Amino acid sequence: MRRITRITTVGIASAALALSVTACGGNSSDSGSGSDGDKAAIAYDIGGRGDQSFNDAAYAGLEKAEKDLDVQGSEAEPSDGEGDADKVQRLTELARSGNNPVIGVGFAYAPAIKKVAPKFPKTTFGIIDDASVTGENIANIVFNEEQGSYLAGVAAAKVTKSKTVGFIGGVETPLIKKFEAGFVQGVKDTDASVNVLPQYLTQPPDFGGFSKPDLGKAAAQGQLDKKADVIYSAAGLAGSGAIEAVSKAGKWNIGVDSDQYQQKGLAPYKASILTSVTKDIEDAVFNLIKSVQDGKPQTGEIRYGLDKNGVALSMSNPAFADMKDVIAAVDKAKQDIIDGKITVKTAP
Amino acid sequence: MKKFDKDRLILGFAGPVLALVVALALTTVVLLASGQNPFEPYRIMFESASYADVQVLIINQAGTYYLAALAVAVGFRMNLFNIGVDGQYRLAAMMAALVGASVELPGPLHIALIVIVAMLVGAFWSGIAGFLKTTRGVSEVVSTIMLNSIATALVAWMILPKNFGEQPPGSNNLTTGEIAESGWFPGLPMGDMAGEIYGFTFVAAGCGVLYWFVLNRTRFGFDLRATGASETAAQASGVDAKKMILTSMLISGAVAGLAGMPTLLGDTHTYSLDFPTGIGFTGITIALLGRNNPLGIALSALLIAFLDKSSASLDQYGYEKEIATIMQGLIVISVVVSYELVRRYGIRRQQQKVGEELAAGHALTTEKEAAL
Repeated sequence: MRRITRITTVGIASAALALSVTACGGNSSDSGSGSDGDKAAIAYDIGGRGDQSFNDAAYAGLEKAEKDLDVQGSEAEPSDGEGDADKVQRLTELARSGNNPVIGVGFAYAPAIKKVAPKFPKTTFGIIDDASVTGENIANIVFNEEQGSYLAGVAAAKVTKSKTVGFIGGVETPLIKKFEAGFVQGVKDTDASVNVLPQYLTQPPDFGGFSKPDLGKAAAQGQLDKKADVIYSAAGLAGSGAIEAVSKAGKWNIGVDSDQYQQKGLAPYKASILTSVTKDIEDAVFNLIKSVQDGKPQTGEIRYGLDKNGVALSMSNPAFADMKDVIAAVDKAKQDIIDGKITVKTAP
Repeated sequence: MKKFDKDRLILGFAGPVLALVVALALTTVVLLASGQNPFEPYRIMFESASYADVQVLIINQAGTYYLAALAVAVGFRMNLFNIGVDGQYRLAAMMAALVGASVELPGPLHIALIVIVAMLVGAFWSGIAGFLKTTRGVSEVVSTIMLNSIATALVAWMILPKNFGEQPPGSNNLTTGEIAESGWFPGLPMGDMAGEIYGFTFVAAGCGVLYWFVLNRTRFGFDLRATGASETAAQASGVDAKKMILTSMLISGAVAGLAGMPTLLGDTHTYSLDFPTGIGFTGITIALLGRNNPLGIALSALLIAFLDKSSASLDQYGYEKEIATIMQGLIVISVVVSYELVRRYGIRRQQQKVGEELAAGHALTTEKEAAL
């Protein structure tokens, strides 16, 4: 009998503790809304903030708007493996609390925006990487990733000595295949004898290929063993593993999304980063927020290509800037694409 | 029939309650250790759960979780650990979406076809593991984990536009095409802002009743539980253990196939790259927490869905919403520990009681002897 009483005491004590926990919570103040300034919100893609790539670029845009436009920004992150219903709820909540615009980062937000946008006709909804849902208050921000990748292909074909270059894609989705298509075409158009080794880290719905550097490292190692001496990784955070391996082997990297030569996390390997195919999500986000604040919200498809520097090849590595003939070839290809003399494929 | 056993009921509740309290306390410790307000996140979670749209979300998610947990529980009752529920669920949802999008039938028939395809595919996929176990003695734990990866690769291959999938113009997603409206399962509308409760959630509840009936009120259920308790003993009393293993694996897979139906028939109407994943693994947690009991599983499914959905808004208030993930992990650990503690306590108490009764009986006889 003594044992029962002991267990009951423990039980009552812990229950009392739990109750006092919930009771105490009541009197804290609300930390949500504050100033009367404009509010803008972004809802992140898988990985959330801190992925060194896609989401971080969107955050940089919001941060810039907070600083320059005095906008109050909110962010919301998804959970692993969530469904459309969760995204609908997230966007609804962001729109309901007065954020305008509400920006969904990534194509996965398309079905949710299709459902939520009509309910908030006065709010502008932005979606990055999707042009399939349309509406008066929807701005579709899309990029010509294949054009930037084409230039990377030109540079790679010019720089390679072993006549072998590698492509590492994070997850085999149509979006990443655009990168591959442009890169391969750029290489082949420049020098048809150069061999391209394409490789993907994971298959959807396993999105680990965007987040696991060890996968990128192993893939790069394999391509180095096959004599590749320029490797282009379009794999988000997983790409940093590839950059590490390639750098240690003394070969060339081509980075993606942001200018990876200037990224702090990759500083030890920066000398090996020839260039990066940048995708200016930061300015795209900023421009959308600004357009709403100016009272002329963007709608419909807003395409960022080489002509607007929405995609580009970074020139921050002095070693790359010194390769005059490579730069000349890249600049010529760029002009040809802008003039429409070269059409870059969007699927391999 | 045994009478209503109060002791057993109390002990049955003691396990989960102890686990929850411990998990809550530990989460608070984690919050304190990371220098955050340890109470505010709970308040935000409860506040967010007071909105109608979040409530609908919780119920819908719980329906999906419930089916996945039932699939796991069928295996557990048989001493089989079906870790492959996730793969079975994804493959089944994809195939069902594919078949559903390629035909057009009158309403109920269309839905029935999709559901049957999902069950068959799920059963087929888990059946491979069952077949390997009964014929070659391969552990179902190993084979179902491997089948998960194979399912991932298979789905990724089939959804390519050059095979069976399609890429909507302007989109970067891949889908299996939209199911015609006749194949949509009507939901229960809860008002303009709140959305609707998937109709299939009620089917899930029906599956729970069926699960209870089959396990507790049929010969088959008895055989299943007997084989789960002791394979050799069941075999000795004339149960074909191998057949039972295969059958329960098939049932487990068929129910796993159903787990994708609330989302597919009620919401997305297509299988795309961003179809929810990981449902099968959450199902394991829920089946454990609910002690394989249909009512217990329902409550646990609601609890886990509550943690999932109410934590979603935490990061807008400056808290990490991974708090809920930590909590779920802690619940699993404390569940295992507390169930074992409660079980041991129960056994000891039973022994004590029997001892007391024996002693009392002895005393009675001595009293009688003394009276004589």
